[in-house]
Amino acid sequence: MTPRYAMVVDTRRCVACKACVLACKAENQVPDGFCRDWLVEEVRGRFPNLSAENRSERCNHCGHPPCVSACPTGASHVAEGGVVLVTHHKCTGCKACIAACPYDSRYVHPEGHVDKCTFCLHRVQEGRQPACVEVCPTECLHFGDLSDPDSEVSRLLATRTWKVLHPETGCEPNVYFLK
Amino acid sequence: MGGFTRRQFLKIGGAAAGAAALGGGLTTRWFGLDGDPVDDPGTDGDRVVPSFCELCFWKCGILAHVKDGRVTKITGNPAHPLSRGRLCPRGTGGIGLLYDPDRLKKPMIRREKRGQQEFQEVSWEAALDYTAEAMLRIREKHGPEAMALYSHGYGGSWFKHLLKAYGSANIAAPSYAQCRGPREVAFQLTFGSTVGSPENLDLDHSRAIALIGSHLGENMHNTQVQDFSRAIDRGASLIVVDPRYSTAAGKARWWLPIKPGTDLALLLAWMHVLIEEGLYDRDYVEKYTVGFDRLKAHVADKTPEWAFTRTTIRPEVIVETARALGGARPAALVHPGRHVVWYGDDTQRSRAIAILNALLGSWGRKGGFFIPQALSLPSYPYTKYAYHPKAPPDAPKNSVYPLADEVLASGLCMASIPGTAAYDVKGWLVYGTNLIQALPQPDVVQKAIQALDFIAVVDVLPMEIVGWADVVLPEATYLERCDEIDAPPWREPFAAVRQPVVEPMYDSKPGWWIARELALRLGLKDYFPWKDSVEYAMHRVHGAGLSCDEMRRTGVIRGPRVPVYFEDGLEPSFATPSGKIEIWSQRMEEAGIGGLPDYTPPEEPPPGMFRLLFGRAPMHTFGRTSNNRFLASVERGNELWLNARIATELGLRSGEMVVCVNQDGVRSEPLPLKATERIRPDCVYLVHGYGHDAKGLSFARGRGASDSRLVTRVRVDPAMGGTGMNVNFVRVERAA
Repeated sequence: MTPRYAMVVDTRRCVACKACVLACKAENQVPDGFCRDWLVEEVRGRFPNLSAENRSERCNHCGHPPCVSACPTGASHVAEGGVVLVTHHKCTGCKACIAACPYDSRYVHPEGHVDKCTFCLHRVQEGRQPACVEVCPTECLHFGDLSDPDSEVSRLLATRTWKVLHPETGCEPNVYFLK
Repeated sequence: MGGFTRRQFLKIGGAAAGAAALGGGLTTRWFGLDGDPVDDPGTDGDRVVPSFCELCFWKCGILAHVKDGRVTKITGNPAHPLSRGRLCPRGTGGIGLLYDPDRLKKPMIRREKRGQQEFQEVSWEAALDYTAEAMLRIREKHGPEAMALYSHGYGGSWFKHLLKAYGSANIAAPSYAQCRGPREVAFQLTFGSTVGSPENLDLDHSRAIALIGSHLGENMHNTQVQDFSRAIDRGASLIVVDPRYSTAAGKARWWLPIKPGTDLALLLAWMHVLIEEGLYDRDYVEKYTVGFDRLKAHVADKTPEWAFTRTTIRPEVIVETARALGGARPAALVHPGRHVVWYGDDTQRSRAIAILNALLGSWGRKGGFFIPQALSLPSYPYTKYAYHPKAPPDAPKNSVYPLADEVLASGLCMASIPGTAAYDVKGWLVYGTNLIQALPQPDVVQKAIQALDFIAVVDVLPMEIVGWADVVLPEATYLERCDEIDAPPWREPFAAVRQPVVEPMYDSKPGWWIARELALRLGLKDYFPWKDSVEYAMHRVHGAGLSCDEMRRTGVIRGPRVPVYFEDGLEPSFATPSGKIEIWSQRMEEAGIGGLPDYTPPEEPPPGMFRLLFGRAPMHTFGRTSNNRFLASVERGNELWLNARIATELGLRSGEMVVCVNQDGVRSEPLPLKATERIRPDCVYLVHGYGHDAKGLSFARGRGASDSRLVTRVRVDPAMGGTGMNVNFVRVERAA
């Protein structure tokens, strides 16, 4: 079975500490001023009736990736496990993909190419977890293969209430948020 | 690009077919026929050195990856019980400290008046001679006790040893009287044991947790946050008592936005409900405690209604939350907090927390407080201290803090202003603590420093305190040195080593070397018989019958699991005078403070002013990390939290720059306003550690505002001398 990599973020456990962001920056040598993942702290309501949701967000590695369709050079592509990658040497930095991405998950690297989350595919291929998942002190990040019904991510999605961001775009995002 | 082989082509084709099947109906262009490598950023080290962290005081196990002589990244050591392979943001951020361009690079001697931050670079020889001569002069003129050491951080052990050998017991850290002191005293009085650090909280198994102002999650004590998260995952009932809707409050079943300064009223009402409704642990209380009957009488009138008028927390919520705690006991705990110097009656409030835990029967029980166990390592043999030091002069003349069990940093500072204490302190050795931000009342601190004969600072970065030094001794970072073995009492016994990952940069030296060189010059050679800190550490490891090879290779050795709960057969014992848990404390009674905690109403903010509250952000440890560019890449400086309705009334908008002006007319640096629903209307909040003005902190300087500057008033805890700091009021103005 071809793997279908996905990430499941448990918003109940996340404390928005940004350890994931820094671990990613260190692992992937993300240049100063940029990041591949980020935190959204959403607080709703009026004092004192409030609710909060913390989300560690990143590229959704969509099933129908508009960035890939928009890329004129073929730099943005779908790699193993449905992971969306950008091949640096093919990218001209035209930003068509940035305009197409509903999640604002891409940026132009100072070296000229577009850059984004890779689900740490270089680690995953070695059987390791993405850096953000490995570091997370709250264990709120889960990475795995949705094509395997026994994987942790499959089980979490089968047993918990979840949502994805911007489902209306039809991109079929693969980052899921547990409520 | 070169061509691709048939084999690669098939591989690409296969992957693309799979992806297309999933994606469905997309064009074929997106699989790029000329090869799409999966880039490896190459940050895995050629060498991986296990050690432990020093970005805060928790000391998590790390793995430092080194490639071509540079540390590329730091990850959690899976073998270490405090990190379990995971790190808080700061742990990863050690690289930002190691490669901070602002690091102290050479020893320096002061050129201008203290505080002017004008120095001359000198050789180590000259700096050490200068320091030793000054220390010898002080010992000759005033006696060794006129020399004080302020120390924070694990490398401080070498300097503590040095000062004791020199003949002074005046060794203090702001982490006591400016932080956790009241809690230590209260738990010692009640259970005969402190909660320690790391705290012996069994949050992992708790079914109900009450946080009193503790903002776990913003306060990143790695293991504790891991356990906290597991408890949430398992559905523990969380009660968060905080005037601010903290990150933890966002996870809580009950958020109690309590009126600041009234926590004790809530705690007494919880006791009232637990006792009235028979929800407390009768067997446990009967068997292990003394003073319950007095408590019962004491809280008989502390009804939820009584507490409501003081705390603004509705009576039914007080009852519900008390029932949640009582229903989950003994796997229920009221968190003792860590920074607890708030209102000057903090030992009493901490006592109330301890008593509640006794009523819940949670001390020594699974899901409450485990009884931690430590590995014992024999000490490295050295000459016995030959001194009978004078008692510290850390209380004002002719007075005493009867229950203080550590030296008060604030007290030693006061004693440096001549004639104010039992005797004068004349010299300071400051290790790793930025007293300018860590101590309250900056004007007092500056006055004290100007009165000194001598002040030397050992640090890694040019913090504010460095600017006041006569001599600056640049220390190597934790990644460049070996320190004392860490073997704290914990859920499972372990010992961990800090080992040098790379050579010290610039002309910095490890603390053990600096202390030893000073000892040689002070005639204290016999106290430092070791060759270096590695030999010292390995001697202790070997002496404990542990493998030095294993220790070096894995960074940590775990001892055998032993029982840590009473229910696992651990014999309950309490090192109190009565040998029992002291609900009523004779020592508190004799000290004139009261055998049972009593509520005193806080001072109200003057009209138009707000109570100033401060706390922490997850990526920073006080002000010590605010120059760390790597960590700062995920924050935007501090903001002033102000209730949204109040902001509207004041005509202030989120994002605009404001200043705080306190009751004594002291103005803060400007900082952005955060108008938010997440805080009560009677207080404001900011994260501590910003507003640096040290010239050398080229990044942190001028970023955000310092709460310390506004803490010109303190209310001193009569029990142990802690400086209650949440007693300052500010008005908020648009920045000019």
